[in-house]
Amino acid sequence: MSTVTWITVRGLFGRRRFLLLLPLPVLLVGLAVLSRGLGVAPADWGPPVLVGLGLAVVLPVVALIVGTGVLGAEIDDGTVVHVLTTPLPRWQIVLPKLAVAAGVTAVSVAVPLFAAGLLADSVRLGVALAVAASVGALAYSALFVAASLLTRRPVLLGLVYVLIWEGLLSNVVTGTRVLSIQHYVIALADRLAPTNLLSTTVSVAVAAVMTALIIITATFLSIDRLRSFSVAGETS
Amino acid sequence: MTATNTAPPAAITASTLDLAGVSRWYGNVVAVNNVSMSLGPGVTGLLGPNGAGKTTLLHMMAGFLTPSRGQVTLDGRPTWRNPEVYRRLGLVSEREAVHSFLTAYEFVLATAKLHKLPDPQAAARRAIDLVEMADAQDRRIGTYSKGMRQRTRVAAALVHDPQVLLLDEPFNGMDPRQRLHMMELLHSLGDAGRTILFSSHILEEVEQVSGTVQVMVAGRLAASGDFRTIRRLMTNRPHVFAVRSTDDRALAVALMAEVSVTGVELGRDGLTVRAGDYGAFTRALPKIALARGVRVRQLVPEDESLESVFSYLVEA
Repeated sequence: MSTVTWITVRGLFGRRRFLLLLPLPVLLVGLAVLSRGLGVAPADWGPPVLVGLGLAVVLPVVALIVGTGVLGAEIDDGTVVHVLTTPLPRWQIVLPKLAVAAGVTAVSVAVPLFAAGLLADSVRLGVALAVAASVGALAYSALFVAASLLTRRPVLLGLVYVLIWEGLLSNVVTGTRVLSIQHYVIALADRLAPTNLLSTTVSVAVAAVMTALIIITATFLSIDRLRSFSVAGETS
Repeated sequence: MTATNTAPPAAITASTLDLAGVSRWYGNVVAVNNVSMSLGPGVTGLLGPNGAGKTTLLHMMAGFLTPSRGQVTLDGRPTWRNPEVYRRLGLVSEREAVHSFLTAYEFVLATAKLHKLPDPQAAARRAIDLVEMADAQDRRIGTYSKGMRQRTRVAAALVHDPQVLLLDEPFNGMDPRQRLHMMELLHSLGDAGRTILFSSHILEEVEQVSGTVQVMVAGRLAASGDFRTIRRLMTNRPHVFAVRSTDDRALAVALMAEVSVTGVELGRDGLTVRAGDYGAFTRALPKIALARGVRVRQLVPEDESLESVFSYLVEA
């Protein structure tokens, strides 16, 4: 484990905001177990729980908490200067932090989604959701790590993207789905385990290309912004 | 006004930090205005009131802020967007930012590893010993006093043995003993040929640690060099001397005839003499005393303190 990874993991799990990761995955599994236990048809509870809660809320919100936590929190409290006053090439700082964010998000979301998919349909759907969510975790993390370096309010920017762009606009204006990670994840999961429970107008090809594009662009942007990292100076 | 810095000992490869016409503005606010300086080995104090632009200047020196105009270079290479400079540069920022969940040893060791030092454990122990934190090194930083946290950050900044060390208000939060130790540490680092720059708005700190100052006032470099030399170059301000002799009254009468003297005050503890020309007065005084048969027992420049230099510059 690199030193940057070690500090990032210690920092992430040492902050109280880490506890925010627990309720949403627990709620997801709890609702799936409850629906299955009550004998509700998967066609009725599957879309709202798997997509409406799992992919539209749990995945992006957990990614937002973790993605802005690995770098944004260090920028907020100034500890990032400790890592930056070393001769490490900036990609050696961004990539481990991105890996930690994507890994923690993937584990936090893929496991409950696998369980929910299994309860709704099959192991195949569970695996498909877990794999697609992991890819989505990487894309969201890249986006939110970049947001930490682009703005002083990355959580606000992330919430606007998740709630307004993906939650509201992509349901009203279908064209905006081309720029929605949530719909890429749905398209990828549906490709891995075709089912009526998942539906999107975004093709798998578009989803794959756009996901790769977002990950690469956001990562390069993060590295470049970190090279030009400025600390706030006195102005009075 | 410029006075020369102290010469480097031969033991350490000297590094020079150069600022050439550096300005930095935020919208309409000019934080740093056309500052040029060259910092060589030794301890230099960056002095100025709050809001003078010291932190902005330090951030630009450390590569954490791009100048709006001008250039900052370390040994000829720009500090901005150049992580390689941190092989030779250490920074202790004013903001008390440390990973409170780590112990001091873990923190300094992590820094040594980030620098990819060949023996990070030994480097961490050496740096912790240097700041006298060995006894508390296994406690979490979150449990430390402000001064202990500051020393831990200094240890982290020194772990790779940098040639240049920048410290922003390093004495903040330290008790008198810790302050004295830090001053001794900065002295020894400077004497060893390192380039040390520390900022402070407290005159006594700068006066005790460094004879060489860079004085910032309202974003501008108001003066640069040895503060005693700066004072002597301020010829528009009369120099004030306290003089005690075997016959103060007779000496006062004689001094009034000296052209370099602008005023003499006879007090219970001797004379207070105001001289327009430092050199002319100090050369004339022995001759006058000798001619009048008066023995001078004490001659002390009263306004050569950094405080008086600073107040003159701020008032100017």
